Amino acid sequence: METDLGLWSILIAIVGGAIRVSTPFLFVSLGELLTERSGRINLGLEGTLVFGAMSGYGVAYLTGSAWAGVAAASVAGAMFGVVHGVICSIPRVNDIAIGIALMLFGMGLAFFFGKRFIQPVAPYLPSIPFGWWSDIPQIRAALDVNVLFLIGLGLALVISWMLRTTRVGLILRVVGDSTDAARAMGLRPVPIRIAATAAGGALAGIGGAYLSLYYPGSWTEGISSGQGLMAVALVIFARWNPVACIWAALLFGGAGALGPALQSVGITSGYYLFYAAPYVLTLGLLIATSSPTRAMSGAPGELSITK
Amino acid sequence: MSSPGVHPNGALGVETLGMTMRFGAFTALDDVSIRVMPGAFHALLGENGAGKSTLVKCMMGFYHATAGQMTVGGFEAIIRDPRDAHAKGLGMVYQHFTLVPSLTAAENLVISRRDTPAVIDWARERVALTDFMDQMPFRVPLDIPVQQLSAGERQKLEILKQLYLGRRFLILDEPTSVLTPDEADEVLGHVKAMCTNGQISVLMITHKFREVSAFADDVSVLRRGRHVGSGQVAALSHAEMAAMMIGAEAARAPATRSGDPGTAVLEVRGIRTRDRSGLKLIEIDRLTVRAGEVVGVAGISGNGQMELMEVLTGQRPVEAGEIRVKGAAYRATREQAQALAVRYLPEEPLRNACAARMSVTENIAFRSFDLNGSGRRFWLSGREMRTRATELVTAFKVKTASLDAPISALSGGNVQRAVLARELTGDVSLLVISNPCFGLDFSAVAEIRARIIAARNAGAAVLLMSEDLDEVMELSDRILVMSEGRIAYQTPAATASLAEIGYHMGGHA
Repeated sequence: METDLGLWSILIAIVGGAIRVSTPFLFVSLGELLTERSGRINLGLEGTLVFGAMSGYGVAYLTGSAWAGVAAASVAGAMFGVVHGVICSIPRVNDIAIGIALMLFGMGLAFFFGKRFIQPVAPYLPSIPFGWWSDIPQIRAALDVNVLFLIGLGLALVISWMLRTTRVGLILRVVGDSTDAARAMGLRPVPIRIAATAAGGALAGIGGAYLSLYYPGSWTEGISSGQGLMAVALVIFARWNPVACIWAALLFGGAGALGPALQSVGITSGYYLFYAAPYVLTLGLLIATSSPTRAMSGAPGELSITK
Repeated sequence: MSSPGVHPNGALGVETLGMTMRFGAFTALDDVSIRVMPGAFHALLGENGAGKSTLVKCMMGFYHATAGQMTVGGFEAIIRDPRDAHAKGLGMVYQHFTLVPSLTAAENLVISRRDTPAVIDWARERVALTDFMDQMPFRVPLDIPVQQLSAGERQKLEILKQLYLGRRFLILDEPTSVLTPDEADEVLGHVKAMCTNGQISVLMITHKFREVSAFADDVSVLRRGRHVGSGQVAALSHAEMAAMMIGAEAARAPATRSGDPGTAVLEVRGIRTRDRSGLKLIEIDRLTVRAGEVVGVAGISGNGQMELMEVLTGQRPVEAGEIRVKGAAYRATREQAQALAVRYLPEEPLRNACAARMSVTENIAFRSFDLNGSGRRFWLSGREMRTRATELVTAFKVKTASLDAPISALSGGNVQRAVLARELTGDVSLLVISNPCFGLDFSAVAEIRARIIAARNAGAAVLLMSEDLDEVMELSDRILVMSEGRIAYQTPAATASLAEIGYHMGGHA
């Protein structure tokens, strides 16, 4: 059976891989989107992601419930967000520098507390077999979709709706676009930015829990391959639009699945090169979508990188 | 129920009594009492730093006055913060826009309300907004992001926002500084009509006498934090108001022009470039500026003047065409600018012509720090830079606390003077200027214009882009009109008619 599929098997593996690999991208990028829409940039989400993976795995192992792990990861992520938000509220503190510091801090802290969770096995997150109709094992495997991916899709739509039609959403956009306008309206930008950064951290934590509790599905120190950092590029590529984040995450996920997919059909030459696909894609897309003369559309006005 | 401080149609009267504001040892506002009658259009005149902004910030609760009281609608009012002021019906339209650029007009209006619902029912809000707009004398498109609106539309929207929020006393802080004369007249005309109807009272901060005499009922003048005069506009002449504003020191009269234009210095041929959005094409077929002449480029902002300036300063690449200075192909490199003596005074000089955090001395040295006589130097000479800065600061009357202060600490007029000092020193064959007097006070304007004319009389070719038509008329020997990215019209200044220029500015050619 397997040999009959030929090139199709690569495509199926990429689609399945895109769904599997894209989930952490989706969560981290939605989190980063919330933070950036409030006018701050949090480069520390990579550290939050790794810490979320560790704490999620640890709590899932100790309680026996994967969902308790997800909750713990989101709380831990929110705490990192609050730390970033509060420190950046001090005048003359640069959010990018704090982000990098928190990234290293989060990873270090995760490795320190995570030592004892490297051996044990924690329960996995459930998935829904959308491939039940097929006899072909590759299709069944590819369409075995994790619940968190679906939650992520729903969340992107909810955030998109929130930014358009709720008071909270409009306030977030006001604060992110013009501090002066927000002040003139009687809003206090600082608590709003802290809350947005905390929410962003919580989402990044959940993205981390997905890594350790589903795919690849264990806690190791090398669990993240830079998803937290690439999510920043992804948000720019998605032009700060939550629905575009879904497509961007799937695209990056698909690129990330290219290496394993080729390997599964026995193509091993240039193996490491294919693993670099997402990073090459990041560079390529940022160059292709940039322009030296045109202003970036959709960028929140208060963002320090676009000012 | 109406009281003496309220017009039956809602306009509030507001009065300050002995308002005093001290920052440390510095008295920004000294015992100022002014009275705005209900339904009046009251102008507040004064030079930069005269205390106008401080006064209105005290009224709006941004500052807590050291001493003094206020009445609103005839009753004593204590205003602790802007929210208090808003609750009492006081609103302010700021000099810099406070609309959120990426939100649409409808979103901006709805979110500015105190009682915005948690989930916004856009269908219902839209009906309410349309009803509100129908009662207003002017309207703006509700569904496009504010950043795509013209300056005039944004200013109208700022005023509409205040009315939408139910404010009945408006403070307008230089509301026309970003508008063309026509836009300004339109906006102020509508505001005036609402005052006459008794819907609102207005206190307008301004520098422009023309607007005061055309629209205001009363005027109060501040100088150095003191209230130096008040009266009915009808009873005062421009000269009397100017005398109150600037006191004994008279501004320098513009130098009379002398000499005839010489050979062509700047030649622009067939330049094509795109604007910031990449959608609009800017095409300049032919533009020549000769030595000893001022060529003024008039036009409504956003018709390609900024792009032309950026092409000339080398900030924007061109798709086709060539620029020649004294016959040599010009690419706006530093070496060429030095060799050909090309100097610039761009708009927003703090952003386009200064390193904001570097000192005044360093900023003044930008043209010359690497020159040693006619040769180059490797090591900077701090002493030489300082001597030069000291001379120029004195000659151009730049007011700064210290030569080592960052240039961003200077007021707008003084940054402009410092940049002008740098650009006009030494040989100047070509001077390219954009909106040189934007937002400056009366005496600074007169002085900067005189310097430009002096440069022209000394034989420099001057290209002046300005949105202020009066400025173009006053300074130019020849006038061009830009419209939709092209030069739509040109005429010698001597025979220029305002009507004809306005016609071409509107894009009716």
